[in-house]
Amino acid sequence: MSSDAIAIRAAEIEGRPWVETLHDWITTVDHKRLGILYILFSLLFLVIGGIEATIMRVQLMRPHSDFVPPQVFNRMFTMHGTTMIFFVAMPIVFGFANYLVPLMVGARDMAFPRLNAFSFWLTAFSGILLYFSFVGGSGLYGAGNAPDVGWWAYAPLTSRAFSPGHSSDYWTVAVLVSGFGSIGTATNIIATIFSMRCPGMTLGRMPLMAWLSLVMSGLVLITITPLSAAQIMLLVDRYLGGHFFDTQAGGSAALWMHFFWIFGHPEVYILVIPAFAIASEIIPVFSRKPIFGYPIMVAATVCIGFISMSVWAHHMFTIGMNSTANTFFVLTTMAISVPTGIKIFNWIGTMWGGKIQFKTPMLFCIAFLFQFLIAGLTGIMLGAAPFNWQLSGSYFVVAHFHYVIVGAILFCIFGGFYYWFPKATGRMLDERLGKLHFWLFVIGFHLTFDAMHIPGLLGMPRRIYTYEPGRGWDTWNVIVTIGTFIQGIATLIFVANLIFSYFKGPKAGNDPWDAWTLEWSVSSPPPAYNFATIPTVASRRPLWDKKHPEDPDSRYE
Amino acid sequence: MSAITTPLAQTPGAWRLPYRGKVGMACLIIAESAIFTIFVVAYLFYAGKSMTGPTPREVLETPIFFTICLLSSSLTIHFAEKFLERGGRGAFLGLWFLTILLGGLFLFGTGREWHRLIYEHGLTISTNLFGTTYYSLVGLHAFHVTVGLIMLSIVFLFGLAGRVGSEQSARVGVLSMYWHFVDAVWVVVFTVVYILGR
Repeated sequence: MSSDAIAIRAAEIEGRPWVETLHDWITTVDHKRLGILYILFSLLFLVIGGIEATIMRVQLMRPHSDFVPPQVFNRMFTMHGTTMIFFVAMPIVFGFANYLVPLMVGARDMAFPRLNAFSFWLTAFSGILLYFSFVGGSGLYGAGNAPDVGWWAYAPLTSRAFSPGHSSDYWTVAVLVSGFGSIGTATNIIATIFSMRCPGMTLGRMPLMAWLSLVMSGLVLITITPLSAAQIMLLVDRYLGGHFFDTQAGGSAALWMHFFWIFGHPEVYILVIPAFAIASEIIPVFSRKPIFGYPIMVAATVCIGFISMSVWAHHMFTIGMNSTANTFFVLTTMAISVPTGIKIFNWIGTMWGGKIQFKTPMLFCIAFLFQFLIAGLTGIMLGAAPFNWQLSGSYFVVAHFHYVIVGAILFCIFGGFYYWFPKATGRMLDERLGKLHFWLFVIGFHLTFDAMHIPGLLGMPRRIYTYEPGRGWDTWNVIVTIGTFIQGIATLIFVANLIFSYFKGPKAGNDPWDAWTLEWSVSSPPPAYNFATIPTVASRRPLWDKKHPEDPDSRYE
Repeated sequence: MSAITTPLAQTPGAWRLPYRGKVGMACLIIAESAIFTIFVVAYLFYAGKSMTGPTPREVLETPIFFTICLLSSSLTIHFAEKFLERGGRGAFLGLWFLTILLGGLFLFGTGREWHRLIYEHGLTISTNLFGTTYYSLVGLHAFHVTVGLIMLSIVFLFGLAGRVGSEQSARVGVLSMYWHFVDAVWVVVFTVVYILGR
């Protein structure tokens, strides 16, 4: 029945001019299309942010390089950080949540479809605004164009005296507006989960993806907003002559640091919890076992959400807090590794004794487990204040957080692409290109970010545009840069795979992975209304129940 | 909500979920609370740290009357909502208008206080840390009151046109949640600015 609907729609589309299709996409309020728009938007910015990273790596490949001048280097690391966090990572996790959460909880759309579109376009316009600074940011002074204050934008660098022109304003307003977009989407996800679930879908039966998106959205509400507040204060300082962060009038630069990191650290969990969500969907399906310890997984995630709000000042050990504060933030940082460790054990418990299928999505998730563990270990090292005093602001820190963001988050997102691409497009991604992408990316990733720890340990500070030869950093920097190029090639193979498979990939059918959550019960791609009749579920794996009526899960839950 | 009414009949036991508008507004309130928390923290952190005058002790006067206005508007909107649920349109419109009036009075009070501070005491947002934190915190609240008043007025106009009935009471309830929140924030701002901050 639903395949008929698809055939009719395809025939309709064929005869229509492309302008109408474009108009449909721009004015859409459909959660699936908005999810795809979010993902395409962030892929575009992923390429831009990747080019910025490559420019930095070429500059740092050898000492005394003059590939780019220092001013440009400062713009590159500022734009790279801001882009990757606010315009790649955030939109991509929102894209996945947008596309999948309504399908997984058996709803026809998000709770507020128009708010959904509004939030997406806020994010899109703020990204464009940030990049408009390259042409529009020179201001009256001809002083610089793109923002160059680093992605934390510490005071007093952002004050009028040190940042004339409008580059910092573009940064502030872009981040503020993208924050409003994030709040809108988070509200939408929470309302969808609380108010739109299909009959029988109790909170305890929701797929982990939905649960983890709920926790992620809650974190967005509580922790993106402090950044928005701080941005408003910065605008008051810059435009109305306020003194929030003006040390000459008694203001405090440390207050900005606190406000920024109250956002900044939970932000890591906002990004990694959706990555956990993807892993929690993929690992059971490719181990042919239900997730091990579902309630513990949920509890651990909620726990991570709460603890993540009390660890922010471990980014600030070197600013001279008192020993009570240092001890508190060391202890909370250590504490957060407990629920995280529980999750890792649960994923391993899921794989234990399963019939593991090493398809591309699963490969990415297995790599994620190892890499996330190492990222967590360097995190514990940096979370110890004395160690942090030694290495804060060095390339060791850069290596650590890229291990989290690339090694854990990006790997899971790649896995998610291979897993759900058939659902979104109706065609499978090419498995051979996928394996090539995986192995090249693993090699490139480890060359870059394993090697990057060493110059950090040898004292190489982050954000320097060049360095003296003969400090033991030279060879390591060459290796890091070579790895960057391998990752770049792997990403190009991935993009080629996306484009090639979209047109030529084998047909996927409704349920290519023999999975158990509701999104696989509808056609690929799903019809605009998702479900012809709203399903009723009786267990955590509704499709298992449907495929195995003789032995349904509902009997045991 | 209407999408799940059909299978409701087939499933044993009612499948009831919270109204999405209430959940959405609760989310907005959580997010806004975090924003206000940061401004309150900044106010308290900088209390007494201004390097020049005027200080809060010298210039601030406690706005008791206007506070009573704003807080009592929470009562009027609550009863307006209750009347609407029971179909009492006239009483709803009257109490709704009273709410707008009380909110407007409060805003007038803020305006008068700012006028006095600016023209009599020369305190602007750029004078000192007190000015910066005071005008941003109170201004952020006043901004929320203004937004609330605009939305209340829109509902009032629809009500005058006879478009607001008991079917809309759930939506009106969402707006009244927002208004209660704005009032609750004022209790915090009042305590911080006029009691603790002096």
